[in-house]
Amino acid sequence: MKYICLGYYDPAKHADMTEDERNAMFDECFEYDDHLRANGHFSGGEALQPRETALTLYWKNGKVAITDGPYTETKEQLGGILVLEAHDMNHAIQLMSQHPAVKYGSIFEIRPAADLNDMMKASEQRRKNTA
Amino acid sequence: MPPKAPEDLCRTIETLYRSESGRILATLVRLLGDLDLAEEAMHEAFAAALETWSQTGLPDKPRPWLISAGRFKAIDGMRRRGRFVAAQSAQALQLEARVNEAPPEEELEDDRLRLIFTCCHPALPSEGQVALTLREVCGLTTEEIARAFLVTPATLAQRIVRVKAVIRDQAIPYQVPVSQELSARLGAVLQVVYLVFNAGYSAEATGAGLSREAIRLGRLLLDLLPEPEVMGLLGLMLLQESRRAARSTAEGELILLDRQDRSLWNREQIAEGIALTESALRSRRFGAYTLQAAIAAVHAETSSAASTDWRQITLLYDRLMRIQPSPVVELNRAVAIAMYEGPEQGLCLIDDLLAGEELANYALAHSARADLCRRLGRLSEARVSYERALTLARQEPERRFLSRRLEELK
Repeated sequence: MKYICLGYYDPAKHADMTEDERNAMFDECFEYDDHLRANGHFSGGEALQPRETALTLYWKNGKVAITDGPYTETKEQLGGILVLEAHDMNHAIQLMSQHPAVKYGSIFEIRPAADLNDMMKASEQRRKNTA
Repeated sequence: MPPKAPEDLCRTIETLYRSESGRILATLVRLLGDLDLAEEAMHEAFAAALETWSQTGLPDKPRPWLISAGRFKAIDGMRRRGRFVAAQSAQALQLEARVNEAPPEEELEDDRLRLIFTCCHPALPSEGQVALTLREVCGLTTEEIARAFLVTPATLAQRIVRVKAVIRDQAIPYQVPVSQELSARLGAVLQVVYLVFNAGYSAEATGAGLSREAIRLGRLLLDLLPEPEVMGLLGLMLLQESRRAARSTAEGELILLDRQDRSLWNREQIAEGIALTESALRSRRFGAYTLQAAIAAVHAETSSAASTDWRQITLLYDRLMRIQPSPVVELNRAVAIAMYEGPEQGLCLIDDLLAGEELANYALAHSARADLCRRLGRLSEARVSYERALTLARQEPERRFLSRRLEELK
């Protein structure tokens, strides 16, 4: 099973850290990511640039609208996404609760990936029928 | 990235996982003394197997290979964490010193029994015992258990996290209880197995799976600990399961025992269930499960509802009342007496029971009363009792059954 782990952090907390502290945190986190990779648990992932770089796109009055910034504004911001390969939800919890980022105050939202294969097949069928 | 393993190796490892992961986990739990650590190490060992075996081929004995790999993975993990937590580092050294002792084969089976007793420890909440046993002993995933109990995976996952925390905080040991404690602790284990079975008994779609797991657990327990009550419980479950195909229509409508098509009963399960029940009875050390199995066996051996030996069933309920008195047993006994001596006698007993508090909100007591009134021609009383049962019943098939009976009385 794949689990999408959304990692949130509070930028204010990071700003208060010394460079040594920050480096120690990064070293620990990257080492754990390597450990996940070595055991086939790391299915993918990306860190995100700060929210100032974000833009949000949506439908408004019959056309696409775009605004600056992230979709939701909270004190914590989404710092990265990790796609975790785990046996089940409790295995995912076990793996992520050891992630050093948690100890440094990051919050992980763990979401099981949805299997849309059946939906996609049904949709293909519908499109074939109308074509 | 490891080289892409061939498809058939993947399948071999999946099969191995299904058949061996329970044993491997149990042994790793003993070696590591920690459930979470053991689980993680086991998953890593299977991942390592995929990588290594695609180059070296399958080892002669995959299970010891996986256990040993799991151990090394756990040591690696402790060492990694030991750089930040001193205690973990000491534990890693300790574990490394023991790494070459190969456990003898019979100890491996004991490991599973140890794990069952831990998962069903009386200090754990009942819901937690059930969830943990299904996950750690039967190897079901969090998601599968959640589906079977109709809760979200997040709820079930937290239940498991909490129950594991109790094991850790109270330092509940991974061991089979000593003989003085054994029968009491075995009672808790059997109760968990029976809870799993009953959860599967009434549920429509997901039910068969849970009942199957409970029967599998019963067989495993019997292998490990051939006590009379283990035989009795397995016998009881097989006898009840033997009627699965007959106790509802294709549309999921409930069919009661007296209206079931007995040719649909599973003869193989009945034969095995009766044999187990008889061995348990012969031991003279049997208990409540064996007596319930004996009652189920009387029904199973009877070719039609009309020729049921209700006297025998009443006697068995009398004995059951002596060793495990409960209002539910009393209710069942009353129904048997109604069949044996007549509905008036049964109705008297049920009215006494309903006057007490314990069964006042028990749907089956009201539907049993309704049925006796109906047979006595007291139709308005029957209607009132069916209506009361309907407001108390929670399972959908049961509710539909009661509504149908009510319709028939109008």
